[in-house]
Amino acid sequence: MNEQDNECMPKITINGDWCKGCHICVEVCPRRVLEVDEEAFLHGFHPIRVARPEDCTICRQCELLCPDLAIVVEEE
Amino acid sequence: MKRGTTASIVKYIRPRTFPTPFCAGCGHGILLGAILRAVDELELDFSQMLFVSGIGCGGWIPSPHFNTDTLHVTHGRPVAFATGAKLFRPELNVVVIGGDGDIASIGGNHLIHAARRNVDMTVICANNLIYGMTGGQVTPTTPLGARTLTTPAGNPEPPFDLSRLVAAAGATYVARYSVWHVRPLIRSIKKALQHEGFAFIEALSTCPTQYGRRNENPTPIGMLRALKRDCVTVKRAQDMSEEELVGKTIIGEFVS
Repeated sequence: MNEQDNECMPKITINGDWCKGCHICVEVCPRRVLEVDEEAFLHGFHPIRVARPEDCTICRQCELLCPDLAIVVEEE
Repeated sequence: MKRGTTASIVKYIRPRTFPTPFCAGCGHGILLGAILRAVDELELDFSQMLFVSGIGCGGWIPSPHFNTDTLHVTHGRPVAFATGAKLFRPELNVVVIGGDGDIASIGGNHLIHAARRNVDMTVICANNLIYGMTGGQVTPTTPLGARTLTTPAGNPEPPFDLSRLVAAAGATYVARYSVWHVRPLIRSIKKALQHEGFAFIEALSTCPTQYGRRNENPTPIGMLRALKRDCVTVKRAQDMSEEELVGKTIIGEFVS
């Protein structure tokens, strides 16, 4: 990846205190940017992690369909 | 900061009220976000808005989460209380948010009469087809044949078509969208908030805990995909035969 791509990369933040682990975001992302963190187990469910932020196209589908407003996608 | 994004709408949330009391994957949370996004995109003065809600999961959408005046009233009466508030303070932008049990069942009479009088308010009905909070009983909008706590062998009664009911009662803006169709839903809420007169939006929501669990669709994403599969737009429905429309829900603007 060159420097130009790095500058365009969006910042995706997941609020672990608000997330309830419904995993809607993982299923609706058309580029599979998010994934379930099978190794971690917090508050009774597997949390979400941002696996491939460089693939994000900022379609905001995950943000709009998150029932807990736990995902924030920011353009850099 | 871009308007309508989550980063931009957290300022409307009352501190320390999140996370919401909703179950994981509840469609009401998506509707909560959609309402705040519409308010943010219109750049409305949030302090000049009054949110009225009744009892039930739908009643929890504005109260206590929205950081403005919220009125949490008795079961089924939010439309009646909102009518009084609007008459006393006509400058307020009054919005009623409730579930299908609250607005269509117990408050059904208030709903049709407010529509008949064309009271200047917006009513958003979060229709999840069931009484979620009280344990999953049948409501007047539960589809024919659906299993609930009180109809374990399938619902024997046909449901209300809420949007057509309110349109027939005389509402001047009526639309139905689902939480899966979140972008058109936000556009519709924006129109309703700016509309003068009685505006009604039926927001089809999901209840994986009470409804999906009993109807072979227990996952949040499965319920959203069912909405995607079963909803057809008004325009597409015009070219479909009656047999093709069985089991489908028509979404779009019915009166505008």
